[in-house]
Amino acid sequence: MSTPSSTQGAPLASEKRETFSSRKLFILSAVGSAVGLGNIWRFPYVAYENGGGAFLIPYLVAILCAGIPLLFLDYSIGHRYRGSAPLAYRRANRKTEMLGWWQVLICFVIAIYYAAIIAWAAMYCWFSITKAWDKNADGAEGFFMQDFLQVSDTVGVSFDFVGRIFVPMLIVWLVTMVIMIAGVNKGISRANAVFMPLLIVMFVILVVQSVFLPGAIDGLNAFFTPNFEALQNPAVWAAAFGHIFFSLSVAFGIMVTYSSYMKRKSDLTGSGYVVAFANSGFELLAGIGVFAALGFMAHNAGSSVDDVATSGIGLAFIAFPTIVSQAPLGGLIGVLFFGSLVFAGLTSLISILEVIVAAFQDKLGWKRTPATLVVVLPVALISLILFPTTTGLYLLDTMDAFVNQFGILACALVMVIVFGAGLGMLPKLAKHMNRHSSIKLGTGWKVLVGGIGPAALGYMLINEVQSKINEPYSGYPTWFNGIFGWGMAGALIVGAVLMSLIPWGKNSKINDPEFDQHKANVNAEELPEPAGKEY
Amino acid sequence: MSGIAIVFMIISMLTIWGGLAVSLINLSRHPEKDDDHVIETAETAGNPSL
Repeated sequence: MSTPSSTQGAPLASEKRETFSSRKLFILSAVGSAVGLGNIWRFPYVAYENGGGAFLIPYLVAILCAGIPLLFLDYSIGHRYRGSAPLAYRRANRKTEMLGWWQVLICFVIAIYYAAIIAWAAMYCWFSITKAWDKNADGAEGFFMQDFLQVSDTVGVSFDFVGRIFVPMLIVWLVTMVIMIAGVNKGISRANAVFMPLLIVMFVILVVQSVFLPGAIDGLNAFFTPNFEALQNPAVWAAAFGHIFFSLSVAFGIMVTYSSYMKRKSDLTGSGYVVAFANSGFELLAGIGVFAALGFMAHNAGSSVDDVATSGIGLAFIAFPTIVSQAPLGGLIGVLFFGSLVFAGLTSLISILEVIVAAFQDKLGWKRTPATLVVVLPVALISLILFPTTTGLYLLDTMDAFVNQFGILACALVMVIVFGAGLGMLPKLAKHMNRHSSIKLGTGWKVLVGGIGPAALGYMLINEVQSKINEPYSGYPTWFNGIFGWGMAGALIVGAVLMSLIPWGKNSKINDPEFDQHKANVNAEELPEPAGKEY
Repeated sequence: MSGIAIVFMIISMLTIWGGLAVSLINLSRHPEKDDDHVIETAETAGNPSL
């Protein structure tokens, strides 16, 4: 692989493939990826809406029966075939390369809008100190929509830029670029080693402060009171499976990429359980913090918790600012809450970008810095053109909804069908996982990934297709949802097919002596099979 | 808070945070292995069964 390049100014890789220098750093980075905005602003409301305390039952079932098994599928492919998503899938089977590019393109779409939310949250840290929303007659909602985002009345695409969103977004992209250029060990690991402990400390302080607010107990009461009738509703179970699926960052290439940087003799399942429960542990903490704060908000407004409970952008940028204005030491609550969103978001954004950077690094055979620049610069540029505008919120809303359902969910369904029933690779992958792992995968895992997985994912996807066809998403015009929703989701598939048709050059990592060595080592470790039994 | 809400709060904390604690204990009982100690034989290097 030391072929000199006469045309590229020698950006070709001569460096060794990076690995996480310790298991601790892998776990921190994987938790950093899994703990994102959804843990803070989505989980509390999903749990509250779907049975409160009783939601714990479908939630745990979903973690154990879908979340962790799918996480292990990602780990096994990335670790065994040691490559970015397209390369790992190609090495598993030539025909599955397209799945890897599909995931790369999904990550591209998520990255371009994710950076915008991080930038908003960073600005709201500052606004929490100045209580900027108090000056707007319509309160926090008016401030967010009119003063801050300056949202256009007509749904469409405009290029009216909003300066105070553009600048923080530019800073987010610059910070991210520096981390990505520094690589897996000096960039991703270090960023997670700093941001994750900081996030946990900040969030714990926030939760402690919230539970001592007046009315907080009413919020917790609403959050934990079980509604057992909800358990008879299939939609509640689908909500639990759907939430876990998105929360754990499975099936969009991130865990394939991260596990490819793990040492060969890693305890994959043991680490995976820590990642999954750390992710859920953080969500539970978020549920307590958010509902304690909402309890205070309801107490102050003289209304019930049900009236103020909300999720997503409404919770973060409308409900929380109201709480910040009213609570004692509100400024501190705001800085801790929005700071947590920034750190949780950044560590997830890094992992999303790594899927794309690693794929291009493998395909081009370039060194880290040029490969990062060739990926992050165009992604940042597109993000900075589309989202800091007066129509950015509409785009973000539609793209987020459609890429989640018809990108990640659809890709996951295809993946479990292809690797399970299609290629019958689950026994081979389980055997690979079991080689050095503390918790062994048996028939149960193969049934969950090959049987329950397709059934649960298929049910969710059919439900989503029906609901999105029945009424236009968010009431937006048909052309808008058609282009940026359905069209975008379809373009990802077409793009993935086209990308998989581009041949791998002689400088690419398809012929990698380092991988041949890894392959030889893995094969050397395989136990001989008893005669007649074939994997 | 009602009694049932307190019970469910405690069960949630025990299962989720307890699950994290058990996972961490399991992991600490299986220390990281070093890749360098793997037996690598020349005969197996060409085995294309991966």
